[in-house]
Amino acid sequence: MARVFMKGTEAIAEAAVRTGCRFFAGYPITPQNEIPEYFSRRLPEVGGVFVQGESEVASVSMVYGAASGGTRSMTSSSSPGISLKSEGISYCAAARIPMVYVNVSRGGPGVGSIQPAQMDYLQATKASGNGGFRMRVFAPASVQEAVDMTYKAFDVADQYRRPVLILIDGVVGTMMEPVELPPMKSDEEVAAMKEAKKAWTLTGHKLDYAHRAWIQPGNWSTKVMQSDSEEDAALYKSWQKEAEAEEFMLDDAEVVLTGYGISARIGKSAVKILRAEGIKAGLIRAKTVYPFPYEAYDHINYKKVKGILDIEMSIPALFVEDVQVAVKDRAPISTCLCSGGNIMTREAVLTAARKIMEAK
Amino acid sequence: MELIYSRTKTIQEDKVSGFCPGCMHGTVMKLIGEVIDELGIIEKTACVLGIGCCGLQMDYMAYDNATAPHGRACAVATGLKRTNPDTLVFTYQGDGDLASIGLAETMSAANRGENITVIFINNGIYGMTGGQMAPTTLVGMKASTAPFGRNAKDHGYPMHMCEILNQLTAPAYLVRTSCNNPQNVMKTKNAIKKAFKNQLEGKGFSMVEIVTSCPTNWGLDPLKCLDYIEEKMLPEYPLGVIRDR
Repeated sequence: MARVFMKGTEAIAEAAVRTGCRFFAGYPITPQNEIPEYFSRRLPEVGGVFVQGESEVASVSMVYGAASGGTRSMTSSSSPGISLKSEGISYCAAARIPMVYVNVSRGGPGVGSIQPAQMDYLQATKASGNGGFRMRVFAPASVQEAVDMTYKAFDVADQYRRPVLILIDGVVGTMMEPVELPPMKSDEEVAAMKEAKKAWTLTGHKLDYAHRAWIQPGNWSTKVMQSDSEEDAALYKSWQKEAEAEEFMLDDAEVVLTGYGISARIGKSAVKILRAEGIKAGLIRAKTVYPFPYEAYDHINYKKVKGILDIEMSIPALFVEDVQVAVKDRAPISTCLCSGGNIMTREAVLTAARKIMEAK
Repeated sequence: MELIYSRTKTIQEDKVSGFCPGCMHGTVMKLIGEVIDELGIIEKTACVLGIGCCGLQMDYMAYDNATAPHGRACAVATGLKRTNPDTLVFTYQGDGDLASIGLAETMSAANRGENITVIFINNGIYGMTGGQMAPTTLVGMKASTAPFGRNAKDHGYPMHMCEILNQLTAPAYLVRTSCNNPQNVMKTKNAIKKAFKNQLEGKGFSMVEIVTSCPTNWGLDPLKCLDYIEEKMLPEYPLGVIRDR
């Protein structure tokens, strides 16, 4: 497969089509409009369906319906729109409906700004809707990673019958990079994936009361609700082993930069410069933010490290709360932050890292 | 002996509906079941349920079903039907669900001409939550959130969903029926059958609005509810075919 030059949002849409996504519903909001626009011309080419919903609320409900019928389905939005989608996401989590959605996050709260930010971390990882459910959340830092993670996200969604979130920011969403696209699944493969779900999907069943499809985003029985919650809790716990992180020059690091998405990528470029200056810097980049890669922070050499630097495009810092849990007071943690749509600069990261090394 | 009547197979055996005495949901469920039996479509039928009393059927009807978020049934049905065009997809919604919180979803699905069927139960009140005012509550009718009766100055007027949707170009079939007497029950059954057939023939959006009662929250016994429908509800919500194309 030859490399192509693509924008993050469009590459995500193409990756979704290639892994068998055949339904997309969405509503316009900046900076993610290229996703629905791409799907609107691409899905008809492969026998799929695009619907521009009347709202984010309706769009995610359409995805709930399409995925309840067995079709790999997707929606996308940006921060305030994701809040509106939380109703449908919670229903999908409760009813065990596999679907994938993308948050191209922007500055917040409220309508915020349309520029890139990472201010939806808590919403993405702790409470994407009512009811205490958890989701697998991928946080790519490049267009290639966004493609690979989207391709994988549909498999993860189907495997666990749960919603999966691709969390990016306006930088990863709108920048163009060379990317290798994954293989296109054949029509036969796509049909087989749908057929494999037939037992529980709303496609009609024999007049056999025991085996009808019953999509339930809740239950009248409190006993059933509790046992479902216990099953969910066990599932979430089992995901921990699938946490992913990039560890870069960590072995002898005296200052460890950490973050996710574009901030961490900027941090990685800072590490290279710091190393050239003779400063032993390293990096932990969370590739999944739920489950959080706590274990990666055990690989820090705490005898040598002087400090951890949390890099986030969010004020107040949010990701740092998980870093604190992971570091367990073994090293001091400081932050390098920007907010409201301002993009992290490498210079700010370098300054903050040098400051840690200069401190006695 | 000749068997001239039996329970519809589309209602599960040995199940209890859970509806209040005198509630017409059970009547409508029976009609839907009979239509599905007569059309022989049980193996290709899926229902999207609204939130409220209309969702009580989930446990005892025999067809595939999903519960939509409150008001979103037409959106859920859109996603399901577009990706499974051979499945008969219908929504079953109350007035709070369809005409208040789901107004955008209802209007937009109708405007797109989605090839789905909407069964709309209009009893002028929120049932399951305990009798609050609905968009369809009559002026003067008491509700738990309008204890002195709906007044037009503060609450506006009842919404006529068939007539509102009739402003749109796309819908194929809009009809209002009731279940307040045997004749109207038969008309309701015929309307449901026509609406399902429309979908099977690919004609697009059909809605059957059924004027019913809520003895519990109206505070009337079931028989008096029938009079109330005749004397109060039907003058506000005249029965008949509003659109058929």
